[in-house]
Amino acid sequence: MSESINSLAALKRHIAALDRTPAPTVGCARLATGHAGLDAALDGGLLRGRVHELFGAAEEEGAAAGLALILARLAADEAPLLWLRTTASAKAGGSPYGPGLAALGLNPARLLIGLMADDAMLLRAAVEGLRCPALGALLIELRGRAPLLDLTASRRLALAAEQSGVTGFLLRVGGDPVPSAAETRWQVAAAPSDPLPGNAPGHSAFALSLLRRRAGPDGLAWRLMWDGEKGAFGDGRHERHEHGQDGQQGGAPLSGALVPLPADRSAADRAA
Amino acid sequence: MVENVRGAMRLATLDADALAAGLTPGMTLADARAREPELRVFEADPHGDQDWLERLCDGCARYTPNAALDSGHGLMLDISGCAHLWHGEAELAQAATDRLERHGMRVRHAIAASPEAAHALARFPAAPAPDEDAAVRRLPVEALELEAESAVALRRAGLRTVGDLAARPAAALAARFGEEAVDALHALLGLGHRPLAPRRPRPAIRVERRFAEPMGSSAHAVKVVAEMAAEAGEQLTERGQGGRRFEAVFFRSDGLAFPIRVETSLPIRDAPAIMRLFQERIDSLSDPLDPGFGFDMLRLTVPRADPMAPTQLALEGGEARKSEGVEALVDRLSIRAGRARIQRLEPRDSHIPEQAQLALPAVEHRTPEGWAPVGEPGDPPMRPLHLFDPPQPIDVIADVPDGPPHRFRWRRTLHEVTRFEGPERIAPQWWQARDGAIEGESTGRTRDYYRIEDARGRRYWIFRHGLYGAETVHPGWYIHGLFA
Repeated sequence: MSESINSLAALKRHIAALDRTPAPTVGCARLATGHAGLDAALDGGLLRGRVHELFGAAEEEGAAAGLALILARLAADEAPLLWLRTTASAKAGGSPYGPGLAALGLNPARLLIGLMADDAMLLRAAVEGLRCPALGALLIELRGRAPLLDLTASRRLALAAEQSGVTGFLLRVGGDPVPSAAETRWQVAAAPSDPLPGNAPGHSAFALSLLRRRAGPDGLAWRLMWDGEKGAFGDGRHERHEHGQDGQQGGAPLSGALVPLPADRSAADRAA
Repeated sequence: MVENVRGAMRLATLDADALAAGLTPGMTLADARAREPELRVFEADPHGDQDWLERLCDGCARYTPNAALDSGHGLMLDISGCAHLWHGEAELAQAATDRLERHGMRVRHAIAASPEAAHALARFPAAPAPDEDAAVRRLPVEALELEAESAVALRRAGLRTVGDLAARPAAALAARFGEEAVDALHALLGLGHRPLAPRRPRPAIRVERRFAEPMGSSAHAVKVVAEMAAEAGEQLTERGQGGRRFEAVFFRSDGLAFPIRVETSLPIRDAPAIMRLFQERIDSLSDPLDPGFGFDMLRLTVPRADPMAPTQLALEGGEARKSEGVEALVDRLSIRAGRARIQRLEPRDSHIPEQAQLALPAVEHRTPEGWAPVGEPGDPPMRPLHLFDPPQPIDVIADVPDGPPHRFRWRRTLHEVTRFEGPERIAPQWWQARDGAIEGESTGRTRDYYRIEDARGRRYWIFRHGLYGAETVHPGWYIHGLFA
């Protein structure tokens, strides 16, 4: 009897040792996005060496992939960035286009693209990639429900990221948010841009809402505008106010810290 | 051409005009300038010449596998058994001469039974002769290429041609002019034989292990491969190279062979690194390495090696690279998933959007290149993030057939266009149209691209295919890309 109790205690200690939190020196650095409201709400930015999950509807693929790439590039700085996707994604969503990446200020020469045959191979390669500390950041693109990405798989990814300090971004196109070990979970959609003179589409704009965060409040929403040339996010709207058509709102910015965006985004449509 | 001989600039080689003007090789440059003020002088570059000749020699592998450099300024091809492939010796010689002359070289050639005879016949144009032997006998004594004094002495003795010399007893010649004269004479007449030293590409590194008893365990065989990898690594170090491709072949005693190949993006010669890649490949085999009745031979080859500078390993202070680079990750993933699956984007100079980039295997390609952005600085992106290949057809409602789109249907969803910019007209590559081809048929049609944004803020890149009226009556619409 006492023997089994002893072994049970040993087992518990063993499990506790397995599940211990990583040393605080690794992964406590924060990645400032450069957007004041976002950084303030996140206590300085996204945690490095963690996995962040971004959800986008299937028809929002351009925006979701764009924002994920921008964040991954910010995390990677000048180091190489690996974008893992499946051949099915490439078939359905198009392939990455170098001139377009360059136009967003993401140097295509520092980008590696991994086209995997299926989700299982993709997840294996993702763990491998997250274990390689020379990698700047890893972008993992999964389409649809991705049943293979369960709690175990996402925990495996999170552990690999914590050990190496590589920041991982899980891009879920057309997937529904399910519980995962990701540090933060976001919903991304395109937002109407600030038009250029002549009503031409302007710089890329994103509607970003924080679905869940491991430590801290969630349910916040922002509107981000990315200027590829400056390599920085802005609120938009302010500097180009005279071109906007939202006179009836008296210039009140649509976004800003702590202003939630309605789920159906009727405000966005009205403002456009 | 001039070269520096013992502190003086002397003429090394001259062209035909300079020879006609009375200049001779060996003359000092000052003398030559005094005679011919118009002389154009270049520095002689013996190493460059040698290099060029070696490259020509390697190029001659198309005629025969046995191609050698011939002392200084010639090439010697052993065409025994090769001539019939070119329908005869004369045709082969003609083909080779034409080929070299196309590069602006002046070529003299000769075909003979021995290399020395061919060498002499090509350099000393003799009077026409009925056969090869007679031609050789009519060559001047200089063709023996003896020392200058010997040649002068032969001429003083009244021996002007090779034939004159051959008629004399060899012993007397040897006594007077030395063994070399007799040797040279015999070689020229085809009596002696001096082998050619053909240039051959350096053989690839190859390590083999044969076993008296077949080895029944794959794990042990892999361990032996690790030993062989260390050996190959040492050979690579001696050559100052690193392997880019490795192949291990497991020969089974029943005659089957399992070749396993790995490829790296950076040259490596570190045995553990090589073995990591092999292990990766073996693990990902769909058909596991089956020893069957045992492996009786293992072979490791390095088919491709690149220069690699020696690295300093962990000495005092100096430290070997601790963390592996991204290249190692790329190699591992490429081996596991397939080399074409890990890609890098490479810019191409083309205005046709889908041809402006190439996705190359990351293992293969190394130097990152710069990308020139399209459009003015400060503009929003002019090119999409995702490109569809092929473009996807959409239904568009436009106010006028050649006007901007009003709304469009894509993937069963109706999109209302709220903002647009365009058209950006991208013309087909008309210069590739063949004469007489119907315009716009062989090279594609003009595309009018629009950057549009729908009511929900999604940005697309769509184009109208064909100019309304000029190229087609019903221009089709396609979506070509998605903006961020």
